[in-house]
Amino acid sequence: MQPLVKNNILKEKIIGLSRENREDIIGYDTPDITKIREQALSKFVDLGFPDQSVEEWRNTNLDNALSYDYNLAFHPVKKITNIESIFKCNVPHLNTLLLPLLNGWHVFMGEALKTLEDGTIVGSFAHAIKKYPEIIGRHFSKYSGAGKNGLEALNTAIAQDGIFIYVPEGVEVKSPIQIVNIIRPESNIFVQARNLIILGKNSKLTLVHCDDSYNLLPGFSNTVTEVFIGENAKLNHNKLQNINNDSTIINSTYFHQKSNSKLLYNAISLNGGLIRNNTYVKLNGEGCETNILGLYLMDKTQHIDNYTYIDHVKPNCNSKKLFKGILDEKATGVFNGHVHVRRDAQNTNAVQKNQNILLTDTAKIDTKPFLEIYADDVKCSHGATVGQLNTEALFYIRSRGIEERNAELLLMYAFAAEVINHISIDALRDRIDDMVKKRLRGELSVCDQCVLHCSSQEQPVQFDIDMSLLKTNN
Amino acid sequence: MNAKKNSIIDEVTQGEYKYGFVTDIETEVAPKGLNEDIIRFISTKKEEPEFMLDFRLKAFARWQKMKMPDWAHLNIPAIDFQDIIYYAAPKKKKELESLDEVDPELLKTFEKLGISLEEQKRLSGVAVDAIIDSVSVKTTFSDTLAELGIIFCSFSEALRNHPDLVKKYVGSVVPYSDNYFAALNSAVFSDGSFCYIPKGVKCPIELSTYFRINAANTGQFERTLIIADEGSYVSYMEGCTAPMRDENQLHAAVVEIIALKDAEVKYSTVQNWYPGSKEGKGGIYNFVTKRGICKGANSKISWTQVETGSAVTWKYPSCILAGDNSVSEFYSVAVTNNHQQADTGTKMIHIGKNTKSTIISKGISAGFSNNTYRGLVRIAKSAINSRNYSQCDSLLLGDKCGAHTFPYINALNRSSIVEHEATTSKISEDQLFYCNQRGIDPENAIGLIVNGYAKEVLNKLPMEFAVEAQKLLSISLEGSVG
Repeated sequence: MQPLVKNNILKEKIIGLSRENREDIIGYDTPDITKIREQALSKFVDLGFPDQSVEEWRNTNLDNALSYDYNLAFHPVKKITNIESIFKCNVPHLNTLLLPLLNGWHVFMGEALKTLEDGTIVGSFAHAIKKYPEIIGRHFSKYSGAGKNGLEALNTAIAQDGIFIYVPEGVEVKSPIQIVNIIRPESNIFVQARNLIILGKNSKLTLVHCDDSYNLLPGFSNTVTEVFIGENAKLNHNKLQNINNDSTIINSTYFHQKSNSKLLYNAISLNGGLIRNNTYVKLNGEGCETNILGLYLMDKTQHIDNYTYIDHVKPNCNSKKLFKGILDEKATGVFNGHVHVRRDAQNTNAVQKNQNILLTDTAKIDTKPFLEIYADDVKCSHGATVGQLNTEALFYIRSRGIEERNAELLLMYAFAAEVINHISIDALRDRIDDMVKKRLRGELSVCDQCVLHCSSQEQPVQFDIDMSLLKTNN
Repeated sequence: MNAKKNSIIDEVTQGEYKYGFVTDIETEVAPKGLNEDIIRFISTKKEEPEFMLDFRLKAFARWQKMKMPDWAHLNIPAIDFQDIIYYAAPKKKKELESLDEVDPELLKTFEKLGISLEEQKRLSGVAVDAIIDSVSVKTTFSDTLAELGIIFCSFSEALRNHPDLVKKYVGSVVPYSDNYFAALNSAVFSDGSFCYIPKGVKCPIELSTYFRINAANTGQFERTLIIADEGSYVSYMEGCTAPMRDENQLHAAVVEIIALKDAEVKYSTVQNWYPGSKEGKGGIYNFVTKRGICKGANSKISWTQVETGSAVTWKYPSCILAGDNSVSEFYSVAVTNNHQQADTGTKMIHIGKNTKSTIISKGISAGFSNNTYRGLVRIAKSAINSRNYSQCDSLLLGDKCGAHTFPYINALNRSSIVEHEATTSKISEDQLFYCNQRGIDPENAIGLIVNGYAKEVLNKLPMEFAVEAQKLLSISLEGSVG
């Protein structure tokens, strides 16, 4: 029971700090938002941090992550001297509009909110509350509610800033938008970021979302992102996670899809002390399509927990989930996929798949692919496998003169490629491809800076054999 | 067409429960309620050795500290455990020596159930232990079996004649502290079956237990203990029925199986407790803890179950694969209709090396019912080169029911392979059309398809049961179109 007490100390501290800093927290709010925050805070007071007695959290222990004496960032970092080098993105030929987040605050030069040529608004969430109270009022906390657990409630209660993106009706944003969320603690820090992304009817957006840590101090990043995808809109969301081994990332993303909208979501997790991704998708219109993919490559004592909940509310929707993971050394992984088909959601197709490779006897995986179905005219399936590299395939490759280590790498890469191949931005896919190869060779660790400039080489990473010949369309 | 479909569904949902009669047998009952005195009363009544009473009291103390589990996908109204009679026995005047001495009313009951305790059974080669209101009334064939050294008797008899065996194994697979209902059972169980197969003996006939709840307001708490010594084999069957009553009745049983080195136990259940009326009134609450342990190397335990009855089913026949190279199988067909709720599945705990388990589960839901598969496959670090394959299919008949799959997989070593597959669908129009086109009417076509769907499991049942199970399936589901 010791850790529980510790969690309570942190909980009390955070509640105390939130009350002390109330003026700062609600500084940008409309009265409605303040009201939502107050409800959320009392929910956090009730629930506290999620512990393993809650079914959804039984395989993820936050005790260690919560045992540090964290500080909260109620104010943005004042003096940032090397902003360009921190956020400089080194993926060759990747042209994105960069939206940096440092300790939960949007870092901007000039205006806090920019309106692009096509009418898209991007920038600081805090400033957006002030400038566009009507839009925020319509969407903020409407998809997440106060939050499904204590952490999300805490975020709703005290998160001040984050990224706001508004794509107006009919607009197809040309270049991808990139959110880079960096924790750079001066001391141990507990960061809340709140993002709100709205896609109007018939619009289209490609998003790259990176979570990185800047130095090796423990940090706790608790992000909630709400995404509204309007009728017939398309979102391509790529997520990359590469943080230091003492840091914790809790990412909760709520997607709300309207009729005929499309979502492609890729979550690639390469490093992190403890990563928990909560992904909730509500298919609240007919003819929606959603495709959720995940790849996790963990080693040391890292822990990854992917929780996904797809709620089929309306008929004629398709959802697909594919999560693949390779766990090395003492890494632990959790996959918890839930597909809920409601009574009226006839003609639903839902596929759910989780595949894992354990490389050592000390690695561990818990997988829970759930189906909860109340409509009869459905086709739902799920599959989960845990295994190791196929010995016959290994033998086949080795019999062709490729040494064992390379043969293993090749097979692991092929395993991961099924997810990587879904990344639609070529430059990003190539880079992630390289990173995965490096990661598999054990060469990729967390750099001092953003994961995307862990190497500036233009030269693609190769195994000792020419991988490019092996790349096939999936 | 739709109207016709509906009428077929109605027909199905109105399927009568044909075992719903009450037998007028004099019973001896304990007062309602649960306390230490009742437990002492039961223990005294059964002339139990001291260790059994201790076991019961420890279990009771533990149970009082426990809470009824609420994690299952079930909606159970609060149960008043003080409003239940924990002991009801057909009044026995003296020890029965032959069938002639059995109460004729009782014999009639069994005849109605299609279980004759008489000579004809010799032909079908089944030894039956019949249990009414949790007291074993007659075990047939004991003498034949005794020649082989097989002990097959009621639990109380085993306590009297073989206390050492009971003491050694009771609670060794399902400890009294295991869960809420196992603790309750451990405290108040009234009787059950006991079976011991000695070293190297292959039991030549199927052993069978028939359970019947008869008296009103009673709960049935029986306990089965099966021990298969080295190199032995036994096939064991279990069937259950109950009268139709408006109130809910409680059934909380415990089954423990121990398979030693090279032994094989095959356990088959056809569970057909009263499922409640079609409005969801009455019916049995079936909370059963069944677990086997493959203790020795190369041992094997297989569970086969056909679940069609009970208002609420909470049941996870499990297996601990402790011995190296041990094998376990779980085959299940669970049918829910009307307002039935089932949360059932299995647990496979791999501990020994090269252990293998197979799970095949077929769920069929109709009416307003909810049918859940919940299963755990755990590969411990020591279970090198283990293998599991699970397949869970759900079939939905009608748009008011639910079918859910909640598998849990924990893998802790790199040399094992775990595979899980599940699908949920309804009977496809194509299949139906194909049958119709060949002159098979919709009702028979569905019977055919459902039977084909469940075949994989039904095939695993012993002959006598397979016939009964198929009939049960057709009673519950014949002709329903989603």
